Amino acid sequence: MRDGLGTVSSVLVLGGGSDIGLAIARRLAAPRRGRVVLAGRDPHRLHEPAEALRAAGAGTVETALFDADDTDTHPGAIDALFAGGDLDVAVLAAGVLGDQEAAERDPRVAVDVLHTNFTGCASAALCVARRLRAQGHGTLVVLSSVAGERVRRSNFVYGASKAGLDGFALALGDSLVGSGARVVVVRPGFVTTKMTAGRAAVPFSSTAEEVAAAVDAAIRRGREVVWVPAVLRPVMVVLRHLPRALFRRLPL
Amino acid sequence: MPADGGADRRLLAGWGRTPATAADVVTPRRAAEVGTAVAGADRRGLVARGLGRSYGDAAQNAGGTVVDMTGLVGLRAFDGDSGLATVAAGTSIDALLRALVPLGWFVPVTPGTRFVTVGGAVAADVHGKNHHHDGSIARHVTQLRLDTPLGARTVAPDRDADVFWATAGGMGLTGVVTEVTLRLLAIRTSLVRVDTERADDLDDLMARMVAGDARYRYSVAWIDCVTRGRSLGRAVLTRGDHAEPDDLPAKRRRPGRGDLLGYDPHVRLAAPGWMPSGLVRPLTARLLNEAWFRKSPRSRHGELHSIPSFFHPLDGVRDWNRMYGVRGFVQYQFVVPPAAGEVVRTALERLTAARCPSVLAVVKRFGDATPGHLSFPRPGWTLALDLPVGPPALPGLLDELDELVVAAGGRVYLAKDSRLRPELVAAMYPRLDEWREICARLDPDGVVQSDLSRRLGLRPDARPERPRRRRDGSARGASVRPVGPARA
Repeated sequence: MRDGLGTVSSVLVLGGGSDIGLAIARRLAAPRRGRVVLAGRDPHRLHEPAEALRAAGAGTVETALFDADDTDTHPGAIDALFAGGDLDVAVLAAGVLGDQEAAERDPRVAVDVLHTNFTGCASAALCVARRLRAQGHGTLVVLSSVAGERVRRSNFVYGASKAGLDGFALALGDSLVGSGARVVVVRPGFVTTKMTAGRAAVPFSSTAEEVAAAVDAAIRRGREVVWVPAVLRPVMVVLRHLPRALFRRLPL
Repeated sequence: MPADGGADRRLLAGWGRTPATAADVVTPRRAAEVGTAVAGADRRGLVARGLGRSYGDAAQNAGGTVVDMTGLVGLRAFDGDSGLATVAAGTSIDALLRALVPLGWFVPVTPGTRFVTVGGAVAADVHGKNHHHDGSIARHVTQLRLDTPLGARTVAPDRDADVFWATAGGMGLTGVVTEVTLRLLAIRTSLVRVDTERADDLDDLMARMVAGDARYRYSVAWIDCVTRGRSLGRAVLTRGDHAEPDDLPAKRRRPGRGDLLGYDPHVRLAAPGWMPSGLVRPLTARLLNEAWFRKSPRSRHGELHSIPSFFHPLDGVRDWNRMYGVRGFVQYQFVVPPAAGEVVRTALERLTAARCPSVLAVVKRFGDATPGHLSFPRPGWTLALDLPVGPPALPGLLDELDELVVAAGGRVYLAKDSRLRPELVAAMYPRLDEWREICARLDPDGVVQSDLSRRLGLRPDARPERPRRRRDGSARGASVRPVGPARA
């Protein structure tokens, strides 16, 4: 139950191996010894982050199987995750960056990215939303990206998948008004994590901890959209309105 | 409005307006319909709600059922000789005063607002300015009717005493109170004779209260919690008693010149719904505190006040809680034993140092406790603060204050809480386990639940981390594995 000052006591991370998802779980659950459920494709690989969360102060940490790609299993899997008790926050952190060049050569690679980042996440979001509506409270945190705000030439497969998810999540949040449940859409810029390892950092990059701090503040303040860092919001207002002829020439 | 017996899903918040949760609200018009609702509650359970004046989440039940008791009103019986009144639990103190003050009777205890139901007042075992003199409201309850999942029963201090005292202060978690019999207080005028004095600092205030409270039925101090340094804790102390006809000026006593028991409460102002957050800031809080202190007389004796202006000044502004804006506020109220008055000072010092402003801080001395297992008042000093949500330091600061309160043998008030750490409840309320056993007996399936009980794990069967078992005994969600040592 989120308390009067916005402090939460239980967090579910879908895509439990995600650096950003784990940072959010640590930020939200550690100070009050809260409960964390990490759900991912390979629960064995979640043991190490689970131990790290315990060491950071989380009260209880559980791991569970959840495969974002296997949408047929979502309703049952997510019901099982909620059967252990109310979850105050569910973080939808499943996602892949994909290889843009490979995707342009082989459409099957693009389909995989789109399936995980859009179809799988949309399915999971609907399942979570149904449970939050039933419990009468709770926040679904959806990790979108600035890449979805204006899709660009250099990574349009990933960007389009996030653009789709972003719009889906915003409207899902609208559908939950009055239910006690909410959706927070997070739009980070470049975040230095293992997903982006090996890529050169760009301006306005951030860390997983900074994303987690912004999500924490958004939950406390009741915000529905979070930009990390905050300056990306005005930056993207400008970029979004640039003429295409100019936008495609930018070294982005 | 929902039809009788029908439920509609509604967002409900406490008086502090911190985030709401959704529940199915039913509004019974007859006591029998309460029993139907209790019997029909699903696994998310049910809790009663009155006029929503609990600051926190005591009268919310996310995803479950909330029984709106305000449809169950009325004076069922009244004995003008003994002053015993039996009222439906949804009756407000406002309605009671309107009916009874002109007859020469006053409620034995009123909190700072008259817009509470009698059932809610018993469930929170509320106190008033007369706690040092008369104790909390449960002291004046001679019996009550309680609807539990195993049926309705009548309990009293001498009949199922353990259930009675588990219910008085039990935050609605023993069942739904449907009827209350109260012993009223006889009054001869509807005025209060008030003495006001200023205290220069906290020590001065406490000394004045210890020395003089026994002379008054009512005593409370408004305390300036913004001013630091030597004047920390300067305060305006108001004390009084119901006026006798002789206290009134001669012309008002003459027959036909006004009614000694006239009672005409009215609401002067209403706060609009669009108030932004952040109006209450360190600067505005300082200005308001300074203005209030200066406008109060240094010393004035025998002033006559009306009942609303003395007991319920904030009720003069409808929806005053909106002044704190859309993010809402929390109220922090604790009590510490008589010898631990220093905790009040430390709390004020830390709040001012952290720039967490409060415009409304109240200090009072409590008298004897009732035997209520979860009843809040106990002998000592109580401090109540309204704190707007917002300062990032606030959550950690209140957690620290909780530690001080526990170390001193004190507790925080569950009717006002919205942010206590669950692990501290048992230390603050040492009879928690005894209370839980009574609840388990009255409600073996854990049907009666609220956001408060879930958040604090008051009813272990409603604790979120415990999976509910299927009939075959297997836990659902078997794919969820604990890591590390077994969970408590």
